Amino acid sequence: MTSGREPPDAELVRRCRRGDADAWAALVERFSRYVYAIVVQGFRLRDEDAEDVFQDVFAKAYEGLPRLRDDGAVRPWLAQLTRRACIDRLRSARREETAGAELEPPELDETLAGLDEALAVRAALARLSPVCREILDRFFARDESYRTIGGELGLPPGTVASRISRCLERLREELAGRKSGAVASG
Amino acid sequence: MSGDPVTDCDLERLAELLRALPPAPAGWVRAAQELPLRRAALDELVARAEADARFRAALLADLEAALAAEGHAPEPQALDELRRRLAGG
Repeated sequence: MTSGREPPDAELVRRCRRGDADAWAALVERFSRYVYAIVVQGFRLRDEDAEDVFQDVFAKAYEGLPRLRDDGAVRPWLAQLTRRACIDRLRSARREETAGAELEPPELDETLAGLDEALAVRAALARLSPVCREILDRFFARDESYRTIGGELGLPPGTVASRISRCLERLREELAGRKSGAVASG
Repeated sequence: MSGDPVTDCDLERLAELLRALPPAPAGWVRAAQELPLRRAALDELVARAEADARFRAALLADLEAALAAEGHAPEPQALDELRRRLAGG
């Protein structure tokens, strides 16, 4: 997991454009789950195809970053690159010419909207304490058991369960705080 | 969907959203992160191939072996890219 104080997307993009390899690694880390989820949940590509598309998306992103007009719009841009790469992959597997829209699963827009929400939740997660970040990520995103998490973090399973509950509540407060902060400052 | 779906969500929905983004396989992420290094290494190989006909011939004859001899892992992405660039050049 990344540190609590993360640079905004636009800053990472600017640093990538200057050839900062660490910024590129951080950008890939930040969006790897998102791209992966679009490929395997949105388009349900098989592993081999999914890996090719995943690499292709980041290769195109690396090449295209200098031409990105709005540094803060890297997320929708990556979503678009991923969408196109998936369609190209599905199209190449078919013999006849098929329109892109026909290759997109019917519920794709809904899936992408859900993934955008999930990414916002992960951004809030990154602002929590390292323990909360780790415990919530392990339990929910990595699907690890109380026992496995407890073994890794040196905690009894009962403590893991109570911390998950507490950290989830903090995450909700973090998201709610962002909202009320935005209202107060807006 | 409401106007502010993420901030209004309950704990169950929050858990669901956390589950929605499992990690990509670590090897895939690493390969993508190493892209700038790989590009730099390939740039160097292509530049040498352009300047040295014997080196270019050795590269074209056996890309995997030539890459390995230069200390680079002969990964499929690197091989594909190098093949494309040598064909283009």
